[in-house]
Amino acid sequence: MAFTLYSLIQAVILCVNAVAVLHEERFLSKIGWGVDQSIGGFGDEPGIKVQLMNLVRSVRTVMRVPLIAVNSVCIVLLLLFG
Amino acid sequence: MKERCRPLSNPNIVSIFEQLFTMDLPQHGYRASAKPRARAGPHTGDPLLFADTSSAAPPMNNQGYYTPGYSIGGAPVGGPADAGVNNLFADPMASAAMMYGSSLANQGKEIVNKEISRYVSVNKLKYFFAVDSKYVMKKLLLLVFPYTHQDWEVRYHRDTPLTPRHDVNADDLYIPSMAFITYILLAGMALGIQKRFSPEVLGLCASTALVWVVIEVLVMLLCLYILSVHSDLSIFDLFAYSGYKYVGMIFTVLGGLLFGSDGYFVALTWSSCALMFFIVRSLKMKILSSLSHDSMGAGATAKPRLRLYITVATAAFQPIIIYWLTSHLVR
Repeated sequence: MAFTLYSLIQAVILCVNAVAVLHEERFLSKIGWGVDQSIGGFGDEPGIKVQLMNLVRSVRTVMRVPLIAVNSVCIVLLLLFG
Repeated sequence: MKERCRPLSNPNIVSIFEQLFTMDLPQHGYRASAKPRARAGPHTGDPLLFADTSSAAPPMNNQGYYTPGYSIGGAPVGGPADAGVNNLFADPMASAAMMYGSSLANQGKEIVNKEISRYVSVNKLKYFFAVDSKYVMKKLLLLVFPYTHQDWEVRYHRDTPLTPRHDVNADDLYIPSMAFITYILLAGMALGIQKRFSPEVLGLCASTALVWVVIEVLVMLLCLYILSVHSDLSIFDLFAYSGYKYVGMIFTVLGGLLFGSDGYFVALTWSSCALMFFIVRSLKMKILSSLSHDSMGAGATAKPRLRLYITVATAAFQPIIIYWLTSHLVR
């Protein structure tokens, strides 16, 4: 499996896109991963599920706008250079 | 000063790197002594920056590399350099151009330093490159034969970990980066022996190895975050521990080149076992012992198990990736 740095970047962009398209009320609340269900353990050990939910929520919040730019650049590059 | 300014004798990029980095920097903090050396650098190092072919100065055989300011940049100023400097200053245009060029180079260096220090904390990075040859020897021996080492605890000095120069258990980034470059060269040589060499394959090999290390570091970061392991492993530490597998890869490829396919498998098993032992012992100190102050009730029983799983999974990943990255070099 020969990787170039560009394929790593592509893989990372795809993964972040996948996390960013998870909709809050249509999907995450239905499976119990919503924002309102993570206010739980206020101890110093939040647990795996809470950490994952926090990670998903923060990725969606932070990466929403940069992903627009990055995806556009990626689309243009793919159109021009195949 | 004289014994530190020995000329760079071997015009090979890898050995230039080694000679630059394994020279002993002074013990009392190289930051303090770097400034006067950096100021002295451009003055004595001017003939190094630009290969001057206009004047009749005899060409120096160790030119062409811009030595960074804080290393021993004033090294090869010997007899021929004085004649060259006198010749250059006799011609005012050339000397004016040289002044302008050196000021431009200094400006460029300032800008690069500023930009780099915005993304990467340079002080933290300097900790990882504060090595000397004794440490490198001991660490390489430890990576190949870690079974007799007793004390794996990283020693501290008033809350900050000791630099690798003083503590053999501290991790560094010098060995991984040097081993990465050596691995690329060795891969090129192995492919050349089998007449399969082309420059693109070399670049592909290099980027593949780098990408696997980056993937491993990202997965480790994700696992450490999800399991809320509050260890003091920074991202550079993870790069260091992931990069130590390059030493194992070099050992394996050498075994394969020297002794054929049997030697390859023997070296692969030996370096895998040694590296697994090393990783488990080193990471056990950092990951598993960080829960000594957590005193939860029922939740605590799940945590040491998961942390142990992480450590063992990291260790088990090493032989797989060593085999993956070296098997195509030794057919």
